[in-house]
Amino acid sequence: MDRDLVSFRSALIVAVIMVVTPLASPARAQSGRELRWGGDAEGGAPFVEADPKDPARLIGFDVEVAELLARDLSRSPRFVQVPFTSLEASAARGDFDIGLSGIEDSPARRARLAVTVPYYEFREILTVRDADRPRFRTLADLRERRVATLGATLAYDMLVAAQAMYGIIPVTYEDDVHPYSDLALGRVDAVVLDYVLAERGVSRNRGLANQEPALGVGHYVGVLAPGGNELRDRIDEILRQAMRDGRLEAIFRRWGMWNEDQPRLYARVLASSATEMVPASAGAAGLDVWEATRRYAPSLVRAAVITLLVSCVAMVLAVVVGALIASGRVYGPRPLKGLLTAYVEVIRGTPLLLQLFVLYFGLAEVVQLPALLAALIGLGLNYAAYESEIYRGALEAVPQGQLDAARTLGLTDRQTLALVRGPQAFRLALAPMTNDFVALLKDSSLVSVITVVELTKQTSIFAANIGTWLVPGALCAGLYLVMSLPLARLARRIEKGWRRG
Amino acid sequence: MITLDVRDVTIERGPRIVLRGVTFSAGRGELLALIGVSGTGKTSLLRAISGLDPIKAGEIRIGDVQIRAGRTLRLPELHRSVSMVFQFHHLFSHMTALQNVWLAPVHVLRQPRAAAERRARQLLEMLGVGSRADAMPHELSGGEAQRVAIARALAVEPGVLLMDEPTASLDHARRGDLAATLLQVAAQGCTVVIATHDTEFVSACAHRVMMLNDGRIAREGKPAEF
Repeated sequence: MDRDLVSFRSALIVAVIMVVTPLASPARAQSGRELRWGGDAEGGAPFVEADPKDPARLIGFDVEVAELLARDLSRSPRFVQVPFTSLEASAARGDFDIGLSGIEDSPARRARLAVTVPYYEFREILTVRDADRPRFRTLADLRERRVATLGATLAYDMLVAAQAMYGIIPVTYEDDVHPYSDLALGRVDAVVLDYVLAERGVSRNRGLANQEPALGVGHYVGVLAPGGNELRDRIDEILRQAMRDGRLEAIFRRWGMWNEDQPRLYARVLASSATEMVPASAGAAGLDVWEATRRYAPSLVRAAVITLLVSCVAMVLAVVVGALIASGRVYGPRPLKGLLTAYVEVIRGTPLLLQLFVLYFGLAEVVQLPALLAALIGLGLNYAAYESEIYRGALEAVPQGQLDAARTLGLTDRQTLALVRGPQAFRLALAPMTNDFVALLKDSSLVSVITVVELTKQTSIFAANIGTWLVPGALCAGLYLVMSLPLARLARRIEKGWRRG
Repeated sequence: MITLDVRDVTIERGPRIVLRGVTFSAGRGELLALIGVSGTGKTSLLRAISGLDPIKAGEIRIGDVQIRAGRTLRLPELHRSVSMVFQFHHLFSHMTALQNVWLAPVHVLRQPRAAAERRARQLLEMLGVGSRADAMPHELSGGEAQRVAIARALAVEPGVLLMDEPTASLDHARRGDLAATLLQVAAQGCTVVIATHDTEFVSACAHRVMMLNDGRIAREGKPAEF
C-alpha cells in the first residue's frame, strides 16, 4: 500500500518534471566545477531514488558511481532529472555531462553517443506470476500474451524481435515500477527487464517469480554527448581504476548487487579496449534512415489508427456526457447544479495527465481498467467537462424570447429543448467543438503514459531506435495533419450549409 | 359569450406592484386595445394572460381554463386557447418561416405534417407573406417577420390572440394592412387583445379601448372617446 503510494507519487513527480525539465535546463551543461549527471529518480532503488529518510537527498548505486567519478575529476556532482526514456536524447543535446541511470550498452547508443566502458553486467530476466511459472518459461510460451517492459531498453528490442518470432504483444511503460504491479494485477502476463529491476519487482509485489535461465546479458554504461570523448576517456580511466582498487565492488556490495558476473566483466574490461565489449543487438541502429522509415511506416499508420480511434470514441463520450452535464446545469435542481459545477471545476482545474494516472494506476486496487478503456474514459470524461461548458454557454445564448414563444405555443420544456433550444445551441457549439476535437486528437498522445501505444509514442520509439527525430517527427506531424485538417474542413462546410438555411 | 375574463388581477415584479386588482372581460370576436404610457403594466398583463408570468392575486379565465395566483403555469390547455405575438416576434431563428408556423400544430396539436404544412401556407398567404415561406427569419423585414409571427400564433387556432406593440416595426401603410388583418381574425371569432400606445392604430381597428394608468384601468370606452 505504502509502496504503491510512493510509486504513484513518484510518477507524479516525474510527470511534473517531464514538463518542467525542458524549460529548466536550456543551458548546455557547464563543466566548470560541477559534474552534471543525468538520471531518472523514478527508476528508484537501487539506481537513483529519493532517500526515504530525507527526500531532498538522492541515494542509489548510480548516485555513488557519479560521486566517485566527480571526486576523481575534482568536481562536485549535481543531479539532473530526466525521464528514463529521454536520457539518450537529453545526453545528445548536452543537458548533462554524463548520464548514469542503469543505461544499457547497445550498438545504437555507441553509434550516437560517447559511451563509457561497462561498469555492471546484468541478466535479462523473465518475470511471471507464480501460478504461470510452469507454462510461461520463455518468450516462446507467450504467444498472443502481453509482455511488459521499459521503453528504449535492450529488453524492448528483445520483445520486438519476439513479437515477430513468437507473436507476443510488447507493452511499453515509461517507468519500471508499474510493469510489475500490472503483472501482479493481471494486466500483463510477463515482464522482461534486467535482473536488478526484476529482483526489486518480485520483492515489491506478492505472487511474482523470476524465471531461470536469463534471456540475455547486458551492461550498464555511462553516456555522454557525441564529441565528449575526452571526458569519456578520463571517466573510463577512473572506472578502470575503481575496478582495480575495489571501490566499484564496494558500491555494488553495499547495494547487494555484487555477484560472480562482475569480476569476470572487470577482467574483460581491464584486459581490452571498450569497443570490443559491444554486444549484438536486434535494433534498427545500423539501418539507413529511409530503410528504417520503410520498416516503421506500417506501425506508425497503425498507431495513427489507434490515435484516431481513441480520439473519436473519447469525443463521442465527451459529447454525450458533456450534453448531460450542460442540461443538468441549465435545467437541474440546485444541488445537482452544484455537484456538476464542482465536477467541471475539478476536471478543468487538474492536469489530464494526473487524471489518467489516477484512473489507471491509482484505482488499480479497486477496479482494474484495461489500458485502452482507461484511456477512453480518462480523455472522454476530461473533455466532457470542456464540452459541457460549451453547451451550457450555447444553451444560454439562445434568446429567452424564443423560449417564451415556444412556451406560449404549448411546447413542453423537453420539446423546446429538442426542437428550438438544442438545434440552435448545437450550431453555436459546432465551431468550438471542432476546436476541441482537434485538441483532443493531440491530447490523446498523453495516454501513452498508461501504456497505450498511439501515434506520438510510436514515433518516439521509432526516433529512439533510429537515433533521430527528424524523419519520424515529420511523418508523425503529417499523420496528425491528415487526421485533423479534413475535420476542420467538414465543420466549415456544415456551418456554411446552415448559414444558407 | 365571454372568452376572456380577468378578475382582480394583481401582478408584482420583484418589490414593485405592476397591476393592482385589474378586472375586465372580452367576448368572442372582440378586438380590445390596452393603451397607456410605457411601464403601466400592459406587457405584464399580456404575459400573465399567456401564462408566462405568475399572478399575485386574482383569477384569469380563458374559456374553460383558469389561472389562479400561486398556481403552476404549465397548462397545455391554456396554450391551446391563448397565443401571443411578441413585440420582437421571436421567430425561431434556425427554421424557415413555414417551419415556424407548422411547428406547434405538428408537435403540440399532433396534426399530420402534410396537413399542418398546407394550413401554414394558407395562413402565410392570408397574411400576405406566402412568397416568403422558405425564407429564414434573418432574411425577413420587420413587417414580414411580424406577419409570420401572427401566422405562427394563429396556427394553433387560439380562442384569444394577444399582441404586444404590434405596430412598433411597421410603417404607416403596413399599419393599415395590419388593422385589416386583425379585424379579419376577429371576424372569424378570435378574441384579439393588443397592447399599444399607438392611438391612431387603435382608432382604426379596436372595438373597445382600456387605458391603464398606475396599475389600474383609468378609462374604458369606444375608440372615438379617446
